[in-house]
Amino acid sequence: MSARGPRFFAIGVAIAILLTLPLWIANSYYVNIASQILLWAVAALALNVLVGYGGLVSLGHAALFGAAGYTAALLLKAGHGHLVADLAAIGFTLFVSAIFAILSLRSTGIAFLMITLALGQILWGIAYRWVSLTQGDNGVNVTTRPRFFGISLATADAFYYAVLIVFALAVISMAIFVRSPFGASLRGTRDQARRMNALGYNVWLIRFLAFLFSGFWTGIAGLLFVYYNQFISPQVMALQTSAEILLMVISGGTATLLGPIAGAAIVVVMKNVASAYIERWNLVLGVIFVLIISFMPDGLIPGTARIWRSGWQTLRARAARGVRVS
Amino acid sequence: MSLWLTLAVNSIALGGLLFLLSAGFSLIFGLMRIPNLMHGSFFMLGAYFGVSFLQQGVNFWLAALLSGVAMALIGGLIERFLLKRLSGQELPQVLLTLGLSFIIADLCLMIWTGDPWQPATPPQLRGAVQVAGLFFPIYRLAIVAVAVVVALALWLMIDWTRLGAKIRAGVDDAPIARMVGIHVSKLFTLIFALGAGLAAFGGVMGAPYLSVYPGLDAEMLPLALIVVILGGTGSLVGAFVGSFVIGFLYNFGQAMFPDLAYVILFLPMVLVLVLRPQGLFGKVMS
Repeated sequence: MSARGPRFFAIGVAIAILLTLPLWIANSYYVNIASQILLWAVAALALNVLVGYGGLVSLGHAALFGAAGYTAALLLKAGHGHLVADLAAIGFTLFVSAIFAILSLRSTGIAFLMITLALGQILWGIAYRWVSLTQGDNGVNVTTRPRFFGISLATADAFYYAVLIVFALAVISMAIFVRSPFGASLRGTRDQARRMNALGYNVWLIRFLAFLFSGFWTGIAGLLFVYYNQFISPQVMALQTSAEILLMVISGGTATLLGPIAGAAIVVVMKNVASAYIERWNLVLGVIFVLIISFMPDGLIPGTARIWRSGWQTLRARAARGVRVS
Repeated sequence: MSLWLTLAVNSIALGGLLFLLSAGFSLIFGLMRIPNLMHGSFFMLGAYFGVSFLQQGVNFWLAALLSGVAMALIGGLIERFLLKRLSGQELPQVLLTLGLSFIIADLCLMIWTGDPWQPATPPQLRGAVQVAGLFFPIYRLAIVAVAVVVALALWLMIDWTRLGAKIRAGVDDAPIARMVGIHVSKLFTLIFALGAGLAAFGGVMGAPYLSVYPGLDAEMLPLALIVVILGGTGSLVGAFVGSFVIGFLYNFGQAMFPDLAYVILFLPMVLVLVLRPQGLFGKVMS
């Protein structure tokens, strides 16, 4: 309980910073990077529901992300309004999530990962090869961003605030989810699936609903992405995007609220910095992956804390020994 | 008529390549429980090695063999020094292979550039043979022949040798195999090296047909995945049958429904998952 004071203070500071960000960074390039971080954080939070709390590692989430983006982009291109396009995009993403869940939840662990990967590749294949529908590699352009209560989102600042609102809603819903009985039962299925089953919980249904919840927010993130870039191409649905989102979750620390957000910030910043100096983002991504998994499998934030603590303890132990010897 | 025949021959040839790719994938997954996400990278890197050997004027078969051996060495080293450290932790192992696949892809792009390479069909394999009035391209037949020979060799090794008995024991029950004194961890390294070598060999064999280009790894990996899901993990017969099923679906799907070919490819996988999750020839996983 004693940690509550500083914690509320830290959250307050974070909210204040996020709210005033465009005021003190006037450069729209950096405001756009902030928007990117927030929208990828929504995707990472969504994947964390499955990876962190459900113990189900999905490598197919880029497909859900892209499904929402493509549905919206194609409907907008066909002349429908933003509301129709966005609702249809979320509906379609939920539908795809349900199919993914039904097929992949027949197993857990590595087999789950393989099936989500294969299913994700199918959707990628549709986006890439079904040229008459998706225009293949050329991608789909989205000409306008929606208006939000009459406010245009065309500028970087306005769009940032729209993303911030969605991001805040996502964080709040995640916080509620984590504390809810549903969140507790999902953690139960992760740690003790058989006991949960014996206690009368429907393990499959809990996982299925968690998949839908995760798919919903992944779809929302996909919508933000397509409005941010005003363009979508099959590249978004490739395995690499799934891996990037997973890296955000893992690098920040799974099964925490803050971890995926920090992870999204780390990955997006590194991606932008790396691609400004070298063309080899994939190489950097791979190296980071290998390093994190080899040395900090619990994530950067808990991992750093652990190494810091153990270093601190070694120092203190050494100091104590030194005192005793002298 | 000749269109269908060409498609059928291409399908069988692709099936042969897929077997070379997925046999190792299936054994690695069956024995080590790792879906090796670098397997497509082994195929691509092996093909690039082959291209470089061929440019030095090395004989085609020798190039394929050398590339296979080089890749087996690299695979063995990766297993021994990176994967082994994480033994027992499935998820970190998978993610490690994923990270390495990105590294390999980018290194290939750096070294061999983004342009596709298509080595010429080796002179002794050019042309076609005439059987019953129909022409069969020799090179495609050679791929199938190689795949069949490799399948037979693997089958002999696994079913009739002491090493094979140990591998089977490891696939069935690794902890018990360890208890009766089988060095499962050495088997892991061996199988991983073998799988990497076979994938690379397949990559060189396929290079004159598929050509080598960035993204080939990402295209082959899902194919290996569906072959193994279809056939059942750790089953060579499954990998063999699955490879040819996918070979046919790929070519015929491409010709008949070009837009949806990729979806058609995954349909049998979805069916198998729903009706028989352990795969056509797989054993029920504990």
